[in-house]
Amino acid sequence: MADREERRFAEVSRESVKLVAEGAGVELGDDVAALLAEDVCYRLREATQSSSQFMRHAKRRKLTVEDFNRALRWSNVEAICGYGAQDALPFRSVKEGELFFIEDRDINLVELALATNIPKGCAETMVRVNVSYLDGKGNLEPQGTVPTAVQSLSDELLKYYQQITRAILGEDPHLMKVALLDLQSNSKIAALLPYFVYVISGVKSVSHDLEQLNRLLHMVKSLVQNPYLYLGSYVRSLVSSVMYCILEPLAASINPLNDHWTLRDYAALLLSHIFWTHGDLVSGLYHQILLSLQKVLSDPVRPLCSHYGAVVGLHALGWKAVERVLFPHLPAYWANLQAVLDDYSVSNAQVKADGHKVYGAILVAVERLLKMKALSQPVEGGSSGLPATVVGAVGYRVSSPGLSPPPEPLSEAALGIASHLQAGGAGCPWEEWTPVPLPAMYCELYSFFGDSLAVRFSTGPDFGSFPTCTPSQLRDARKEAPGNASNPDTTRKMPQLTANLNISPRQDGSPRTDPPPPSLAVTGAARALARSSSSSSSSSSSSMQRSRSSSSRSGQRSAGLSRDVFPKARFTSPQIGPPAFTFIIGGRQMGRRCQGRRPFQTTFAPTPPLSAIPPRAYAHKLPVIGRVGKPVRRWACSHYSLHLPL
Amino acid sequence: MAAVQGGLVDAVEKKDIKTEPSEDSGGNNNANDGRILSPPPGSSASAPGGNKTPAGAPEDQQTLLAVLQFLKKNNLAESVEILRREAGLPEDALDLKAGDSSGAGSGGAGDTVDLEGEDASSLLSRVTVSSSAAAQAPTKAPSEDQPDVNVVLSAYSQQGDPALYGVYYSGLKRFIESVLDCHRAELSQVFYPLFVHMYLELVYNNHENEAKVFFEKFSGDQECYYEDDLRVLSSLTKKEHMRGNETLLDFRTSKFVLRISRDSYQLLKRHLQERQNNQIWNIIQEHLYIDIFDGMPRSKSQIDAMSGSLAGEAKREANKAKVYYGLLKEPEIELPLDDEDEEAENEEGKPKKKKPKKDSMGSKSKKQDPNAPSQTRIPLPELKDSDKLDKIMYMKEATKRIRLGPDNLPSICFYSFLNAYQGLTAVDFTDDSSLIAGGFADSTVRVWSVTPKKLRKVKSAADLNLIDKESDDVLERIMDEKTASESKILYGHSGPVYGISFSPDRNYLLSCSEDGTIRLWSLQTFTCLVGYKGHNYPVWDTQFSPHGYYFISGGHDRVARLWATDHYQPLRMFSGHLADITATRFHPNSNYVVTGSSDRTIRLWDVLTGNCVRIFTGHKGPIHALAFSPNGKFLASGATDGRVLLWDIGHGLMIGELKGHTDTIYSLKFSRDGEILASGSMDNTVRLWDAMKAFDDLETDDFTAATGHIHLQDNSQELLLGTYMSKSTPVIHLHFTRRNLLLAAGAYNP
Repeated sequence: MADREERRFAEVSRESVKLVAEGAGVELGDDVAALLAEDVCYRLREATQSSSQFMRHAKRRKLTVEDFNRALRWSNVEAICGYGAQDALPFRSVKEGELFFIEDRDINLVELALATNIPKGCAETMVRVNVSYLDGKGNLEPQGTVPTAVQSLSDELLKYYQQITRAILGEDPHLMKVALLDLQSNSKIAALLPYFVYVISGVKSVSHDLEQLNRLLHMVKSLVQNPYLYLGSYVRSLVSSVMYCILEPLAASINPLNDHWTLRDYAALLLSHIFWTHGDLVSGLYHQILLSLQKVLSDPVRPLCSHYGAVVGLHALGWKAVERVLFPHLPAYWANLQAVLDDYSVSNAQVKADGHKVYGAILVAVERLLKMKALSQPVEGGSSGLPATVVGAVGYRVSSPGLSPPPEPLSEAALGIASHLQAGGAGCPWEEWTPVPLPAMYCELYSFFGDSLAVRFSTGPDFGSFPTCTPSQLRDARKEAPGNASNPDTTRKMPQLTANLNISPRQDGSPRTDPPPPSLAVTGAARALARSSSSSSSSSSSSMQRSRSSSSRSGQRSAGLSRDVFPKARFTSPQIGPPAFTFIIGGRQMGRRCQGRRPFQTTFAPTPPLSAIPPRAYAHKLPVIGRVGKPVRRWACSHYSLHLPL
Repeated sequence: MAAVQGGLVDAVEKKDIKTEPSEDSGGNNNANDGRILSPPPGSSASAPGGNKTPAGAPEDQQTLLAVLQFLKKNNLAESVEILRREAGLPEDALDLKAGDSSGAGSGGAGDTVDLEGEDASSLLSRVTVSSSAAAQAPTKAPSEDQPDVNVVLSAYSQQGDPALYGVYYSGLKRFIESVLDCHRAELSQVFYPLFVHMYLELVYNNHENEAKVFFEKFSGDQECYYEDDLRVLSSLTKKEHMRGNETLLDFRTSKFVLRISRDSYQLLKRHLQERQNNQIWNIIQEHLYIDIFDGMPRSKSQIDAMSGSLAGEAKREANKAKVYYGLLKEPEIELPLDDEDEEAENEEGKPKKKKPKKDSMGSKSKKQDPNAPSQTRIPLPELKDSDKLDKIMYMKEATKRIRLGPDNLPSICFYSFLNAYQGLTAVDFTDDSSLIAGGFADSTVRVWSVTPKKLRKVKSAADLNLIDKESDDVLERIMDEKTASESKILYGHSGPVYGISFSPDRNYLLSCSEDGTIRLWSLQTFTCLVGYKGHNYPVWDTQFSPHGYYFISGGHDRVARLWATDHYQPLRMFSGHLADITATRFHPNSNYVVTGSSDRTIRLWDVLTGNCVRIFTGHKGPIHALAFSPNGKFLASGATDGRVLLWDIGHGLMIGELKGHTDTIYSLKFSRDGEILASGSMDNTVRLWDAMKAFDDLETDDFTAATGHIHLQDNSQELLLGTYMSKSTPVIHLHFTRRNLLLAAGAYNP
């Protein structure tokens, strides 16, 4: 056998047989081993042949382990277990022993059993019908590739295609609207899908033209929303086009007058929309998106607008994405951002302005992260604090259709993400990721953002009301000594979230273990009550009361933790300027972008006309674009947030 | 094929047991192939197979006799006496036996070895399978009915000088290459079976190295379509392997059939006799069946068209039986007039239109088609009222049917199974295209409604009691609205579901599975009603009769079974295939079934008698798709070789070959009027063929020549009307709606 020249089949060598025998504690003679080897080969071939029959009848081209096992079973041989996995099994060799083996990693059963990442069951099997060929005519081109030429379509479709693209990319806004609308509802354009996708992939060539980019993105949106289109693997292509708009330092961004920020926001929104509605079409999509976002974020060479894109992208993908990517990455990133923000030189003004954008975006993302996290961890959230946060978060969700990924019932979203993460399997950078408990997270974040975080965090639903604030209220609020700074805010807010755990950033002097003021629980509950009854007046009063109660502690606060982190940015001149209404824009965006920033604005729920509050509480904290003095103001006024009537 | 030796024994024994009752019932004698089933190949005691002695355990007795002979030969008289006494054998048992056997042998019932003459030693050689025994037994009587492996293999025990095999073979090769062209093609047919048998002989006699040399030297000369078999053969190098290798067993138990003209045969015979080439001559005598015909020798292409099966071509007489391929008369159903009136007035002309149309479809005229079986040839279920309603619906739909043709191709709708991670293995539509069912590799069967009407279960017994049974809409009322859903899943099988079939009345669904069972499901309650056990191996295909009630199944055990839904045992067992039965179909008149097999043959069976009435050879790979034309005259078959072959059932001839597909054909369907043949394949395409033209062309030919050697022109390209790609979706089922819209189905494979 061994000296056979022509090897037509894979053969098990005599040596292998001997080795295996040794493994089983049997010594084999050469001749016996040779005989055995030959027989083993023959039986293997025989089994392989019969297993191919199972493959043929299953109408497959690929022979599976299962086929082989069936063949074995029918010939009364025990099936071989453990090779059914989808992924290729790594085959290793050990030099010394000339041994080959399959690497078999241990699986932690306990971990597996207790895993909270419950995979979303695979999509249900279904049957869909489409008319492929009418009267025996149709597109003879095999579908599924992006065509290079548009010639092979039927005349009608070709005409349609030309009209549509011309309308969308043309000058007439009305025409464009009509075209987009049709694209969104036309049921017969499946054949054109590859062409449209191809057109959209042209984003890379028009990166200088914001208008065109915008139109192309709208085109994506229409395609995605068309219920008759099965996007299939084209999702990938669409996503990459959208990602391009989110992340790339577009040529259009060079001119600061171009509002590429809005484009990025819109693209991010679109991304989340695609993902939530079509994410299941491409496996591992979520991962790839997260990876590329993370890559951009961790690349300091990239311009700030790319970072901004990454942050909004993560934000749009949901709070889990923020938690997994942005949050762990924040400490590293913060240093860079801080450096930008702290550079007051004139030449840096533009960059700094961009930096503030990023800052704002991160803040919003982080805020939602905290809220959602609080919401999703009822146990940790604490009995007293929770109801309020829940309500707040819900209000937030409801009121911000633009911001949160559109159809995102909470539970589903969580599952979806979890399953995707799990699907990623080995090699995923988040594998070793462990969830940070909410309080710890808050703490850490607080160390970056200071009170601006707290303010945002506590106030979700009420912000819409600023415009209604009367000057007197403002004055009233301001009476609460600005000097007291933001401490009351923190104390107030923190217990809300973490009452049980007592971790809250405090002023240096105060012991960390300080029990929360008993009154807090009470007020928290009261607040919840008030909220649920949705009476604006009661809520305002209760909040007032609370603010007062907590104000007693306010004095303690001085620079605090946050100060070390932001030594320069804060505290320079605490009292400057009435913060008043600037924060309408969400505090972060000012100037030209205001109108466009709908997503961020909408974070503020429309609320009952608000009494007591501190629109200015907001104003202060915002990094104001391009102006050196602003951060200061933000800091100075942050204490006002304490008085938010909740 | 799956069975490695050990597993087979058990199952085969069971099979044998199963076989007996049906034989007793009298309907199931296979006229053309007496081999029913292989008995346990493991049994060491062997006997001349077809020898039917009245004794209780003939095999044991044979063994005893053999031992007796051995003793006697060695003059151990005392032992002979003792043994005889203990076994209770009569004094003259030996002589009796010999006479018996020789009688049977000359009668053609099939003895391997002639017992006259050196009976003792030859019998001994059989019993002990001693290859060393120089038993040059004059084996004249061919074994046709020889189920025992040892006996079969022992035919190889005779041998010449192993070194000379190659010389013999190449001598013959030289001769055949030198004969006139017209004979060369015919005589070349001999190469393959000769090659195989010589190789096996070498292997059997433990000349491993010679066998290898022989194989390497000559395997390249064989026709490419034998490649698969050669692969099996080449892996077999030891005598031990021959046992339990079913492919081999097939080769041994059935004679390879060749069709050769008388002239060519004489040429060969003369040559071999001149050369005294006994080795080859013996093989030809023993293992080949040469079907000699008078007339022109066939051309190479004619031969190639028909060869390729595991056991050569079909014998001509195998296809001589009369087949009643005509359709049964449709029962007279008067169209309820009121129903007609409800329709729009413009449809009033319908009944008139219908009549002529039906005639034009041919074969359905009022008088019995001379080719049709009598209405009562097999008992068919009575039509129920609901069936009549359905027939009326059918006729109505038929009037709206689109007339297809080369200039008027059908529209194609594709039903894609999405997210079928568990593997879609079978699909079926109801005749009215209202339901679609899929069989999956995860053992489930899923049924979808493809109309807006949801699937509902019947209410539970308790709830049914509460229903007013007199009400007009009682049929509506018995349904449980709460269970309405677009699809239902049927759980019950424990292996992949390889075939499913809806009953014509849409009340039942059949599924067959790897677990060896066929299950009958109710589509009213969506539960399993019956599990039919009989196949002991995976069941590859099943189908309901077009009239309901009966169904046919076939599987790995090589036996096709005919069942009735209310019998838990099969009514008929059709055995004769040499390998798995991979596809089964009912003839439109329910009187015949056709089976396709991995042995690359197609067999048509008479349901009434259980006989095999047609054997079609010509495919070069396992047959996975079969379809009868609506008029019952023609059959189309598709195989892994990507070719569709067309057959004339009445004449038993191949009448067309459609080349184009590049992968296994899994589905074939004729349009409702038979003008178009659609084929769906693994290569993700649907192809449409001009069936009318294929059949018409042929009718102009004079193929009634008794030899039946038609010359196929290669006109696939003319007949191909269109190729339609799917989106990376293998087409595993095709269906024409009653209006001739083509539905295709498959699982999307991203």
